[in-house]
Amino acid sequence: MELGQLVQRFRDPDTAMALASAIHARSSRPARLMEFCGGHTHAILRFGIPDLLPETIELHSGPGCPVCVTSAADIDYAIELARIPHVILTTFGDMIRVPGSRMTLAKVKAEGADIRVVYSPLDALDIARQAPDRPVIFLGIGFETTTPPVTASVLAAETQDLTNFFVFGVHKLTPPATRAILSEDGVTLDGIIGPGHVSTITGSDAWQFLPEDYGIPCAITGFEPTDILRAIHSLVEMIEEERPAVINNYARSVLPQGNLAAQEAVDRVFEVADARWRGLGSVPQSGLIFRAAYSRFDATANFQVELPATREPPGCRCGDVLRGIIRPPKCKLFGKTCTPQNPIGPCMVSAEGACAAYYRYTVHDV
Amino acid sequence: MTSDLIRDLFARSLDNMYLRQMADATVLPSQIDAYRLAMSTDSFVVQPLFFPGGNVGSLAVHGTVNDVAMSGAKPLWLTAAFILEEGLKMDTLQRVVDSMASAARQANVWIVAGDTKVVEHGHGDGMYINTTGIGIIPQHITIAPDRGTPGDVVLVSGTLGDHGIAVLSKREGLTFETDILSDSAALNGMVAKLLEAVPNVHCLRDATRGGLAAALNELATSSGVGIEINENAIPIRKSVAAACEMMGFDPLSVANEGKLITFVPAEDADEALRVLQDHPLGRDATQIGTLTAEHPGLVLARTSIGGRRVIDLPLGELLPRIC
Repeated sequence: MELGQLVQRFRDPDTAMALASAIHARSSRPARLMEFCGGHTHAILRFGIPDLLPETIELHSGPGCPVCVTSAADIDYAIELARIPHVILTTFGDMIRVPGSRMTLAKVKAEGADIRVVYSPLDALDIARQAPDRPVIFLGIGFETTTPPVTASVLAAETQDLTNFFVFGVHKLTPPATRAILSEDGVTLDGIIGPGHVSTITGSDAWQFLPEDYGIPCAITGFEPTDILRAIHSLVEMIEEERPAVINNYARSVLPQGNLAAQEAVDRVFEVADARWRGLGSVPQSGLIFRAAYSRFDATANFQVELPATREPPGCRCGDVLRGIIRPPKCKLFGKTCTPQNPIGPCMVSAEGACAAYYRYTVHDV
Repeated sequence: MTSDLIRDLFARSLDNMYLRQMADATVLPSQIDAYRLAMSTDSFVVQPLFFPGGNVGSLAVHGTVNDVAMSGAKPLWLTAAFILEEGLKMDTLQRVVDSMASAARQANVWIVAGDTKVVEHGHGDGMYINTTGIGIIPQHITIAPDRGTPGDVVLVSGTLGDHGIAVLSKREGLTFETDILSDSAALNGMVAKLLEAVPNVHCLRDATRGGLAAALNELATSSGVGIEINENAIPIRKSVAAACEMMGFDPLSVANEGKLITFVPAEDADEALRVLQDHPLGRDATQIGTLTAEHPGLVLARTSIGGRRVIDLPLGELLPRIC
């Protein structure tokens, strides 16, 4: 079956309509649902899913945008690394425009730093091989989905005896961040639309803590419109019947135990530690750092930088957006001083950022 | 941003009534009563130089021929200026120039003036080409970006996204296997047939950089109209859709080099479609929407599942999804 045909099945308008009707029929009590993943926010708005839902259902976007949750301090750190003479800093494209305390990587690049956009950490490895006399640092952002490829590049660097390849690792873990959101005041959620690609790595079992510890149902799903509608329908049913559980609606990609090979590889190179998130602050046991055995690939262990004081951009409510407290249009800067062309905070920069998605796909006063 | 640079620097310093038209080609008066002139210039810096379905040379001819044709003009003459990086292989240059000669012949235009400069190795990315074109518009044809009228029908001449994906598939670091070819082609022949049958075409635009989304937004703003699009009606090849899915691109923002968008009065829609579909470059032509007096400047779409989304002006480079 061609990829196109496979995808089309999950975009079938009749199925979508049927699911929307079923949701309308079943939903009687208010349901605040959060989609953790930025890719889900994007898909929800891209396909106009809110238009198909009853008023009882409120969708809130969560912190699942790896670009958005990278703190200003970490951007500042990357900027200082890029400024070290001879360093080649490699990064995913979106990161170039994210504001740190004072400036972006794009500005530093324009000033002469060697900063290169790559599409994958393996590309950074290629650059390291081709320039053996220059340190190549990869800015490692992302959740459980992106960590395995970064791990693979570190393991490849080990096999190839590369001494000039490093990772500035700011990888994050989604279950602890979800706990942090649920434990906050001011946020009540009735259900979670679980991240599809993260769960492919972690397994659907990793989300059992939601019904068990918080009494909240979770429906893991893919990124096609019928995937998302099916998940919303499952959540509504579980909410109406007061029987929270984890449902895997992405069985074509997600297993209960996840991708064990990926988990083992990551565990070989990294260990869990506290991490700082934009918007959430410091979240316990929510990030990955290099194990001692792999510290020769850890940029923070091999380069000295002096960090200036961190500053969040004044007026930016990215943190509140990431926690699901407000929707982007409620931020005073949204669409006025903060636009995709001139982003104040990271949520407007990334293609997966909630503010960028709202700006792009919904009608707003300009 | 390029549009800011154009507005705040170039347009401000160079301001004159011709430049203010801000259309694909500028319409100029001529000494000859029978027609006005249309003139356009464009520079081509595509990487890689050779891509499936074309190269920087054929693109340079098609691109400017099309811009001139979008004003309703018959393109006549092109200039071609080359900036070559020292060390560029002769064979490469030969292939590119032969391509241009062939493209010009097929489009029935003449390349009548040119220039070449060589820059230091390390500059010029191999080769940059600028082409400037001039054409003639009969007096009874008045196509302009501001002529879109509520009630007009929106037609596209064929499948969208082919060129952008073909080029991206060959760009270093992003190679993926595909049989997608660029749609780069000269549209002037098809435009001539269209105008013969439907002289009252209101707007024409080729959907180049920024794709359908950029073209619709620009025209909506120039004409002061809203646009309603039916996403299900937009023709996209399965292979292009699949590539966009994989990379996380929106096919509506991907560049085309052989497709046009036109706004025609409702009563002329059937005839316009028939003429386009009759032409080899317009076989997949179809209606995708209408113009409305509601929400001027805004392009709204009914999504494939019946929801609603805005089709916004795309910004800058297309970047693949991270996770």
